Amino acid sequence: MADLRIKGLHKSYGSVHAVRGVDLEIPAGEFTVLVGQSGCGKSTLLRTIAGLEDADEGTIEIGGAVVNDEPPRRRDIAMVFQNYALYPYMTVYDNIAFGLRARKTPAAEIDTKVRQAAHMLAIDHLLERFPRQLSGGQLQRVAIGRAVVRNARLYLFDEPLSNLDAQLRDEMRGEIKRLHQELGKTMIYVTHDQIEAMTMADRIVLLRDGKIEQQGAPLELYERPATRYVAGFLGSPPMNFVPAELVGGAAGLAVRLADGTVLPLAAARAAQLVPQSGRAVVLGLRPEHIARAQEPDLRAGLVHHTAPIDLLLPTGARTYATFSLGGTPAVAELQAHDVSQTGQTIELAIDMNRAVLIDPQTDRVIA
Amino acid sequence: MNRLAKRKLTTALRTAAAALVTILFLFPIYWLFMISFKTAEEIFAFPPKWWPSRIGFESYAVLFKDGDATTVVNSLVIAGVSTLIAMFLGTLAAYSLARWRTGGEHLANWIISQRMVPPIAVVFPIFLLYVFFGWVDTWFGLILLYTAFNLPYVIWMMRGYILDIPRALEEAALVDGLTPWQVLWQVVLPMCRAGLFATAIFTFVFAWNEFLFALVLTRTEVTTYTVQVTHYFGGQSNFWAKISAMSVLGTLPIFIIVGFMQKYLVRGISMGAVKG
Repeated sequence: MADLRIKGLHKSYGSVHAVRGVDLEIPAGEFTVLVGQSGCGKSTLLRTIAGLEDADEGTIEIGGAVVNDEPPRRRDIAMVFQNYALYPYMTVYDNIAFGLRARKTPAAEIDTKVRQAAHMLAIDHLLERFPRQLSGGQLQRVAIGRAVVRNARLYLFDEPLSNLDAQLRDEMRGEIKRLHQELGKTMIYVTHDQIEAMTMADRIVLLRDGKIEQQGAPLELYERPATRYVAGFLGSPPMNFVPAELVGGAAGLAVRLADGTVLPLAAARAAQLVPQSGRAVVLGLRPEHIARAQEPDLRAGLVHHTAPIDLLLPTGARTYATFSLGGTPAVAELQAHDVSQTGQTIELAIDMNRAVLIDPQTDRVIA
Repeated sequence: MNRLAKRKLTTALRTAAAALVTILFLFPIYWLFMISFKTAEEIFAFPPKWWPSRIGFESYAVLFKDGDATTVVNSLVIAGVSTLIAMFLGTLAAYSLARWRTGGEHLANWIISQRMVPPIAVVFPIFLLYVFFGWVDTWFGLILLYTAFNLPYVIWMMRGYILDIPRALEEAALVDGLTPWQVLWQVVLPMCRAGLFATAIFTFVFAWNEFLFALVLTRTEVTTYTVQVTHYFGGQSNFWAKISAMSVLGTLPIFIIVGFMQKYLVRGISMGAVKG
């Protein structure tokens, strides 16, 4: 059963059309991440689900009931805000208990639940403190505690980790994911961080300009993006895009780059593309699909390409090397010791099995 | 001179300067209190007597015996009630202006502009109006007027404090199960408590010290203490003992209130100043 069903949702602020016709179904128990660049409408969508904004058009169903006209308190939701939104004049305990008290829960039950939630989030020892006495990470735990202590149908997270430093963010990501596994609740999580989306989501809903660009499991979007935008948005460093042309025929299809470099496509992929030979395409290659060539390597679809390295970015285990591919700078993800210095010319192996071909007119992925 | 000695000297000089300024400012108040305790001869003694030979309460006794002291009660009732009403209505209006942008940007500006009217410009029309309605020399009349005069100030100040409250706090409360009215009561008011008290104190002090309208709109029934003090300035002589005793009675409530609420007052005034 779907816990949340959205049909034809529109929302404008004055002349800004923030959400433009979103249809979305979120099954019970799923962890869905709404991701996109700032201004894509993801926060607006979440706030409209919460009832903090009114929908201009379309319906929102939570647990099978249309809630468009219900105020937030009757939507059976709990929410974690970006800036924690803790009441500074209340202790941590009172902050967590706030929602339960507002709903007239018996005091004994409140106490049990608050302590349970605090224990789950490892903030037992902070219950008597005030928010100003806590660190950013602790504040975020309290804010999450305030949401999970309530037995809501939907849990909404509005960029909850964006105020934390990188290390804490990593830690809290795992924490929230673990929480989802323990509670098994339906959670909707908004972020602009594609890594956060990839690591946490059961399903990613990628938004662009107020519309859903693509949705699906993280690896599905990563490996089979529907558009150039999706391909470029997910992955770090991002996918390389190189202008090219489809050449050849039934005997063997290849892409030819601007400088004449020809990269043959594996036969399995080529077959369906033969009729399109001669058309312009954009070749999309992820950095991890370009490696240092190893001899002998006879896997089909592996194409060797020799190029000097223009820039090296070592990160420890991996080194990102920039080189020229058909006149366009491209990044390859190499092992730490594959290359020793800038300017060195090496032989690279490009895995054309994983390459993505994009129609430059429509920006849609054709293969 | 080494640095340590220099620093000590600077500190000493600063302390001395601060003490001097404090004495300068406190002296009139000290003098006011002392006169009220003095005998008639001591008041007019020359050279002046810096402190009375004994603390006498005769001047106060007279005020209470003649019933003049009830003017302080009038002031308390009028200032107190009008402050409560202005705070209640003003805070509601401010919340509406701040959160729902009621009336757009201009309504808020228009409201504060009401405060800029020189009172003397409207005192005569209001007097005629009050005569017509029979509100002259009534508690109701002055309470209504002071409330009207203080509302723009309350609305303006409270709007500022409310705008400083992060929106997410209210939204979190709405999601957590509160109605908008409960949000106002349980989140907004606690969040701007210091501002609430600071504004209330200023509102009260304004009403407490108001003289012009009290003079024009009261006769005998609800005279406030500010008007009462002027009754002691005679054509032939001034009743300094009564003037000072009455002034002390009028000053004490403010001292007490500010003393109790100093914490909020300082925080309230500096609230908007330390944003971020």
